[in-house]
Amino acid sequence: MANFSTNEFKAGLKVMIDDEPCNILENEYVKPGKGQAFNRVKIRKLISGKVLEKTFKSGDSVPGADVLDTELSYLYNDGEFYHFMNNETFEQVAADAKAVGDNAKWLVENTDCTITLFNGSPIVVTPPNFVELEITETDPGLKGDTAGTGGKPATLATGAVVRVPLFVQTGEIIKVDTRSGEYVSRAGK
Amino acid sequence: MSDRVVNLQHKARILSQIRAFFSHRGVLEADVPCLDSHGVTDPFLTNFECDWQGQTRYLQTSPEFALKRLLSEGFGDCYYLGKAFRNEARSTQHSPEFMILEWYRIGMTPEQLMNEIAELITCVLGIDKTDSMSYADAFMKYANIDIWQATREQLIKIFPGECHFDLTLETDSDLLQMLFSILVEPQIGQEFPCFIYDFPLDQAALAQANEDGLTAQRFELYYKGFELANGYGELTDPEEQARRFGQDNNRRLRLGKKLIEPDVRLVQALKTGLPNCSGVALGVDRLCMLALGLEDINLIQFN
Repeated sequence: MANFSTNEFKAGLKVMIDDEPCNILENEYVKPGKGQAFNRVKIRKLISGKVLEKTFKSGDSVPGADVLDTELSYLYNDGEFYHFMNNETFEQVAADAKAVGDNAKWLVENTDCTITLFNGSPIVVTPPNFVELEITETDPGLKGDTAGTGGKPATLATGAVVRVPLFVQTGEIIKVDTRSGEYVSRAGK
Repeated sequence: MSDRVVNLQHKARILSQIRAFFSHRGVLEADVPCLDSHGVTDPFLTNFECDWQGQTRYLQTSPEFALKRLLSEGFGDCYYLGKAFRNEARSTQHSPEFMILEWYRIGMTPEQLMNEIAELITCVLGIDKTDSMSYADAFMKYANIDIWQATREQLIKIFPGECHFDLTLETDSDLLQMLFSILVEPQIGQEFPCFIYDFPLDQAALAQANEDGLTAQRFELYYKGFELANGYGELTDPEEQARRFGQDNNRRLRLGKKLIEPDVRLVQALKTGLPNCSGVALGVDRLCMLALGLEDINLIQFN
């Protein structure tokens, strides 16, 4: 892959740093009138998810990372791997628990997820920003309660637990924001 | 009319304001070359080089050498307000072509010049006051580091985050400068413009040494994350000047950079006699950005 110099660093560029694919989040060029130029670069290590601040000498370069984001539909979990499929080519990809991480609780069958491939292997699985899931268990609420009174915990079909308003009942389908893990609304509203 | 054109109209008014400020004080505007036969030896400045009839010519990174030559020939108090060029990366605060205001005041100490700068910028920016602090005090206050006592290990230890190069190979001076940019600079001059004075002697550039043997008569002005101006009690000793040119080229050699033939005309001018003076260079585009609250230098330049 091509090399990228600090002058070309910009948010979203994927490069290899310390033998790990990284996503550049921010790049600040520092050049005092007297003194050497350097770049303060904020990066996310794609495999560990760790965000860190790294200082480069201006003009230094690093190799690009062979990283590709692809939209794949979630099929099932066989106990060890999570299987995804490209709905156009029917090609299947298996991601391990490390790539899926905490996002396992947001994987809904037949829903498109973003799979980040590094050298062809999945390293990060990102669910859609919103998913709809059925409530499998929650305490019955009292009649007449409205939203915004603190709510109650509800367990969803995937095992995720979110706080929901008191009026939402077991068996209902709700919309959840996967980035914050918060209840958004009843489904279809 | 685009926002940029409105900004450029504001800029024009600031340029008039600056010229009126100096006219009122009897400081003459000097016409000096942008394109000259010599470049700058400073290891961290890069000239644009161009070909003129088979000879190399250099776009000037600042009018400093020419103005000092003019001073040594008796021109008197002077300023340059015009373009300077630096062959370096662009950012929201850096442009390879920019406007510089540089002026020299005969018989003034750095303190007196800082007062004059404060008068100019408080007037342009419409603010009440400026602050000032020594380089060592700023390090102590914002990074809790005594720069005269701290060991290399301590300096390396407080360097935030990771480095993509070997920090232990940096010179003490470079290490300190990077730490200043990262730890100190973002914290100073947030409310009012702040002068930082008495830089360590190894960051003196073209400034006179102070009597303490540790610091130099160099100061910088910072405001809201901008490095706005850099000034000196000017070095007038020709031998010391020649020695610093040599030092610069030694650094260039170690850094694998191209050597630059020192401008002997400057050394000659100091031999003829540069009057005791203080001088300062100020980034005009940045001053305009601060006056108009702009965050990208691109918005105050026409291109």
